[in-house]
Amino acid sequence: METQAATTPASVSQEIVRRRLRANRVVTGLSVFATAAGLFLLAWILGYLLFKGFTTLSLGMFIHDTAAPGSNGGLRNAIIGSLMITGVGIVLATPIGILAGTFLIEYGRGSKLAELIRFVNDMLVSAPSIIVGLFVYVIVVKPMHHFSGWAGAIALGIIALPIIVRTTQDMLQLVPDALREAAYALGAPKWRVIVVVSYRAAFQGMMTGVLLAVARISGETAPLLFTALSNSSFTADMSSPMASLPVIIYNYASSPYPDWKHLAWAGALLITFSVLILNVVARSFAPRSRN
Amino acid sequence: MTSAAVTATGKPGTRVHPRRLGNIIFGGAAWTFGIWVLILLAAVMIALVMGAVPAFQEFGPSYIWTEAWNPGKDIYGAMAPLYGTLVTAFIAMIIGVPFSLGIAMFLTELCPTYLKRPISTAVELLAAVPSIIYGMWGLFVLVPLMQLYIEPAIISTLGNIPLIGVLFGGPAYGIGLMTAGVILSAMVLPYMVSIMRDVFETVPPQLRESAYGLGATTWEVVRSVVLPYSRVGVVGAFMLALGRALGETMAVTFVVGNSYHIKASLLAPGTTISASLASEFAEADGLQLGALLANGFLLFVLTFSVIGVARLMLLRLQRKYG
Repeated sequence: METQAATTPASVSQEIVRRRLRANRVVTGLSVFATAAGLFLLAWILGYLLFKGFTTLSLGMFIHDTAAPGSNGGLRNAIIGSLMITGVGIVLATPIGILAGTFLIEYGRGSKLAELIRFVNDMLVSAPSIIVGLFVYVIVVKPMHHFSGWAGAIALGIIALPIIVRTTQDMLQLVPDALREAAYALGAPKWRVIVVVSYRAAFQGMMTGVLLAVARISGETAPLLFTALSNSSFTADMSSPMASLPVIIYNYASSPYPDWKHLAWAGALLITFSVLILNVVARSFAPRSRN
Repeated sequence: MTSAAVTATGKPGTRVHPRRLGNIIFGGAAWTFGIWVLILLAAVMIALVMGAVPAFQEFGPSYIWTEAWNPGKDIYGAMAPLYGTLVTAFIAMIIGVPFSLGIAMFLTELCPTYLKRPISTAVELLAAVPSIIYGMWGLFVLVPLMQLYIEPAIISTLGNIPLIGVLFGGPAYGIGLMTAGVILSAMVLPYMVSIMRDVFETVPPQLRESAYGLGATTWEVVRSVVLPYSRVGVVGAFMLALGRALGETMAVTFVVGNSYHIKASLLAPGTTISASLASEFAEADGLQLGALLANGFLLFVLTFSVIGVARLMLLRLQRKYG
């Protein structure tokens, strides 16, 4: 700013400018520091995980099941359990989530009902997963009188659902109405317009949503503690308690046995990098948007 | 909608029907599953209320403010976990808010374009790391650090201040509410940053540029243009992060100490609702299970009201500036 020598002495206004610049330097310095600290934290956590995980990773953990400490156990049952529970969860959530998202954009756009559903869905996206675990415990585990893989899959499905609804809705919103109108003009019924035109146009984005949901639920631990619990031996029977990678990691990391701790780190490495790779892949699917 | 137009092939009478049928089935399914989202929330509410009934029947409303947890005598109260939940979330916000503001400011105002994408991606990845990893990192890295260096430093400085010194007294355990709060702050940081970055970007570039054009410094632009404009959204982002901090389980369970006694010192071990659920639920039955479910209900009320307010605020920002 120009100094107005007529009203204020030059030294005073220079002092003001200097003070403003100093404040700016301090705040931008703090801002850069905060960013550096955040990045450092990421590097620290991932670096430590890599170090601990790679020094403990072995082929045997994919072949052997979990076993008592000191008897050369592995993680096979936990890995397969995780894949099954996550897989069933996402299969349950995907059609429901996509149809619900479809309703919000293709049927209810602008209606009060759709707005309410959208709001509730946004709340569910940020709901703590432990609440979902308790809910499934009360409605599934308690009436059935035992923990089961199904209950775990339902819990993970409920966590995945709002994520899929949200992305489906966002992606369908991006489909230009002109496309839909062109299909209507050709005489297509509404459901065919949605399936053949809207879904096809939004397909990649919807895939992103499903993959992000998979990434999110495959690391979930808390809801599985109340639903699938764990199992020390291999099972593919979803109606019995089932081991899963996150729950085994939780149990092993807090145990006093060194070989269990090693397995926990190897499992943690496995799960984190699966989740991060899924995230990167999902984002590469996303239509060129900010994310 | 589409009129059942007669096309070149086939007879109109037989064709109209299946078309309508397709619309009815597909539209009906979409409507039903849309409603499901509402039913889901209602069902969660009802199930948790039902779960909470036994404990409240036994102990009455004073259950909420009773500090007791004795499975031997079957006496329970929610005060200690409730206190731990609030305190750890509060510590997380105290640490997380300034950092997230700094990072969001860096990303929107200071960052050179070529760094924007990698740093944004890094923040998103930090948000995607499963919470149990934060818990393990906390247990094996942060706890020893806190015990050996950070907590003794806190005790010998802040611990000597009259009045508030009580909060920072006692031995350095390593595990405790403070450590849990620190881990939580690292966990909620990326959420806050990514929402706040989006919120900051709703500020029209014309406003920002005219302020710069008047000679304002970066800090002045942020303080006098960006923050006032996006106030509602920033608070919404904080509240959303608070909701997450209140309900976070695995990151806390490893490091909080699982003690049901409320101590004056923030460095002392404690517990949170979610941590007590995670560590006791599988073995609990009878009244203890009822008490844990009642705590779960309290957590539900707490988190959903915070998240609800947060979403309303973000919605308001969206409506206003769309």
